[in-house]
Amino acid sequence: MSWNTFATVAETVAALAAKQVSAVELATHYLDRANGLQSTLNTYITLDRDRTLAEAKAADAKRAAGDASTLLGVPIAHKDIYLIDGWRTTCGSKMLENFVAPYTSTVVKNMSDAGMVTLGKLNMDEFAMGSSNESSYFGTVKNPWDVSRVPGGSSGGSAAAVAAGLTPASTGTDTGGSIRQPAMFCNLTGLKPTYGVCSRFGIVAYASSLDQAGPFAQTAEDCALLLNAMAGFDAHDATSLERERENYARDLAKPLAGLRIGLPKEFFGKGVAPGIAKAVDSALEVYRKLGAVTVDISLPNVKYSVPAYYVVAPAEASSNLSRFDGVRYGHRADEFTDLLDMYKRSRAEGFGAEVKRRILIGTYVLSHGYYDAYYLQAGKLRRLIAEDFKRAYEVCDVVMGPTAPETAFPFGAKTDDPVTMYLNDIFTVVANLTGQPALSHPCGTDENGQHVGMQIIGNYLDEARMLNVAHQFQLATDWHKRHPSI
Amino acid sequence: MAQWEVVIGLETHVQLTTVSKIFSGSSTAFGAAPNTQASVVDLALPGALPVMNKGAAERAVKFGLAIGAKINQRSIFARKNYFYPDLPKGYQISQFETPIVEGGGLTITLDDGSTKFIELTRAHLEEDAGKSVHNEFDGASGVDLNRAGTPLLEIVTEPVMRSAKEAIAYAKTLHNLVRSLDICDGNMQEGSFRCDVNVSVRPVGQKEFGTRREIKNLNSFKFMQQAIDYEVRWQIEQIEDGHKIVQATVLFNPDTGETRAMRTKEDAMDYRYFPDPDLPPLVVTDEMLASIKSTMPELPEAKCARFVSQYVLSEYDARLLSQDSATANFYEAATKAGADAKLVANWMLSDLSAALNRDEKTFDQSPVSSAQLAGLITRISDGTISNKIGKSVFEALWNGEGQTADAVIEAKGLKQISDSGAIEKIVDEVLAKSAAQIADFKSGKEKALMSIVGMVMKASAGKANPAQVNDIVRRKISAL
Repeated sequence: MSWNTFATVAETVAALAAKQVSAVELATHYLDRANGLQSTLNTYITLDRDRTLAEAKAADAKRAAGDASTLLGVPIAHKDIYLIDGWRTTCGSKMLENFVAPYTSTVVKNMSDAGMVTLGKLNMDEFAMGSSNESSYFGTVKNPWDVSRVPGGSSGGSAAAVAAGLTPASTGTDTGGSIRQPAMFCNLTGLKPTYGVCSRFGIVAYASSLDQAGPFAQTAEDCALLLNAMAGFDAHDATSLERERENYARDLAKPLAGLRIGLPKEFFGKGVAPGIAKAVDSALEVYRKLGAVTVDISLPNVKYSVPAYYVVAPAEASSNLSRFDGVRYGHRADEFTDLLDMYKRSRAEGFGAEVKRRILIGTYVLSHGYYDAYYLQAGKLRRLIAEDFKRAYEVCDVVMGPTAPETAFPFGAKTDDPVTMYLNDIFTVVANLTGQPALSHPCGTDENGQHVGMQIIGNYLDEARMLNVAHQFQLATDWHKRHPSI
Repeated sequence: MAQWEVVIGLETHVQLTTVSKIFSGSSTAFGAAPNTQASVVDLALPGALPVMNKGAAERAVKFGLAIGAKINQRSIFARKNYFYPDLPKGYQISQFETPIVEGGGLTITLDDGSTKFIELTRAHLEEDAGKSVHNEFDGASGVDLNRAGTPLLEIVTEPVMRSAKEAIAYAKTLHNLVRSLDICDGNMQEGSFRCDVNVSVRPVGQKEFGTRREIKNLNSFKFMQQAIDYEVRWQIEQIEDGHKIVQATVLFNPDTGETRAMRTKEDAMDYRYFPDPDLPPLVVTDEMLASIKSTMPELPEAKCARFVSQYVLSEYDARLLSQDSATANFYEAATKAGADAKLVANWMLSDLSAALNRDEKTFDQSPVSSAQLAGLITRISDGTISNKIGKSVFEALWNGEGQTADAVIEAKGLKQISDSGAIEKIVDEVLAKSAAQIADFKSGKEKALMSIVGMVMKASAGKANPAQVNDIVRRKISAL
């Protein structure tokens, strides 16, 4: 069998339906390729060939028995933040190096129920904290386009795996841009849905009010197919939205004539690298040719988004990560003198530097006397930013701008200066603070050949329209069809 | 020497009667093998999320309505962060700034019959912690998370009590109320009702409160009384000796009868409260409120008034019988079974209460059922047995020696002898042997008659109708 390793999910679905390929053949192909490139890219933390092939066999048996579910037999790899019963789930941390999950997250269960075959668990920044995948305890993930550069983070493994053709699609999570920024760095389409569309149950929590699961794929169409499987109300998650399931692919074919694209002046300022600004401008030209109109808007409060984010996220993280105490599971220090010493040593040994930094920041901002000045204030800013968007959607349908102010950077470029690293999230954290859906799609390259992403921020629950917009762009362009020679 | 005034406020943890935990589906039943009632949520596994149990909110609302409090239709869950092995998430989910119940209060009655209104500050929902298990493993402690996540309503009073007596009366009234509302089983041994008591003293006439110390986790009224008495004495001594009271949390040791500081304010923890992002605001809808209002049981105050008018009881008896639903239900069942209302009250408040207290049982655990007691009382009322024989029938029923009073009377041949021929025969026999007593009586000693009647009763094994015996003895002696 010769299989195009860069086949899209839609193409894979068609090939499976036409019985041109079996689920076992696909799983074998991607597992072989993943193993072959593991030492080069370090995308996976855990592979389990037997389990994967067993799932693939079961999928083939179902198809033989007449099951015609769309995604039946399509391989999928999961960020190692999703618990899957029986699979080691590390969250990129020494703390959970040997933690085998005893239950399955709702999103993975939904995808398994749809017939998808789990290829393995993908590398990530430790506890999803990072923008470059350099904080993983299991080593950095290399960008398949240029192995001297970062793949982005925190879902770096998820992006690199799809870009390198190690899987047709993957899952990620996005707390401040962890899907969209690596999607840009690796020339992929990545979607963070509206907060509450995908259940958070069984996903290791980073910042509960910001975390959201989403797909990585090569195309917007693929993201729509994947979101159809991932999304849905879950009674195990009190923040999950109770609503009817929808078909996110329903509007893909709609023409863009009359689409109003809001361009916030705050997203096109001096902080944006010239190569990125240029690529985004050209992409907007394509949109205009497709019949869209652009509207200049202003979101005056988004300038507070990075400070607000770096109060809210560490605050919630400091509390969410308290459960990793060495008592019930996870890393426990070998030697300690008493209970307090056990806590201190287990956590000091189990957590990496970036995680500790955020726990310290979070503990500080929640401390007595500081809560009002930081967390409460950040909460007010979130509402102000949301009001900015509400006003914007009176004059436009979607908001666009660059996904990140810089393209993929070399390893070590920002590790000594956390603040510069944090500023890389400047355009992405906004949608997490407000809970709106946002995606990034490929829209060009800069002068170094590094990939530029266009971010589309939609109104609440407007995923179908955003995917339609990106899909129409992809019908008219071929940026998303480029693959690394690896 | 200065006169001291005691100031007391209570925080009571009331375990709610939901079948499952406040944020997970695990059972709340007491006494299961360690960690068998702990789900992924209770174990705080990575990725586990809390989901609010509506039943706990309904019970909190029920309580709020019963005490005339303000129900916050939108209340907020917050995280109280601290590390401890029995706290698996590293934080307790509680309510901080916006509790579900605010204000309200309840009236207590003191031994002298006087009443006082105790204002409540608030009542909020929270989850219980697990338990550390010591001395079971060599060189290590264990953790049992069965109790982790059990729903609690923490009920906080204003510092309005002025004596241990008032504090105990409040705690008892509250204990009765939560049981009548059926929101708590009230089992203090199992920890379903635990009190933290804040105590301070100040010179009479001083406006400002003294520095308080908090006695933690008292799970019996007796201990509460002892702990407060000791604490008050200790605080007064300290101040009179020229020391300052340092704000502290203290534990009561029932073995020594003393309180001992656990931690002082200096090492008080910073709990870093913030709203729990996993839980949306708890919303009590108008419909929910209306439906709870429509199912409110009769409250102790109203029940007491009804008992006075319906059963013609004294205020005192009515209060005792209406204080909790187990007692009230027993009373009404026995009355409904046809027994005399006043006699049922007497029996319940004397013999039955004494027996229950002796065996540490409540009315709903009584070995003598309301139907059995009613049957017994009916037989006393209709003269089948004397009151005295009634007590031995009661003992027999208590010991399970018969299904009904009638069966016991029958089996033991306790039926009262009201046949005057039979009684006269016994009287004749006794009089024949009682020349001295007869002489005494004739010389004016009334007591001698009682002695003769006693001998007759004894000879009849207590079965002779005492009134009849009295008449016959008098008649026969005067005819001599």
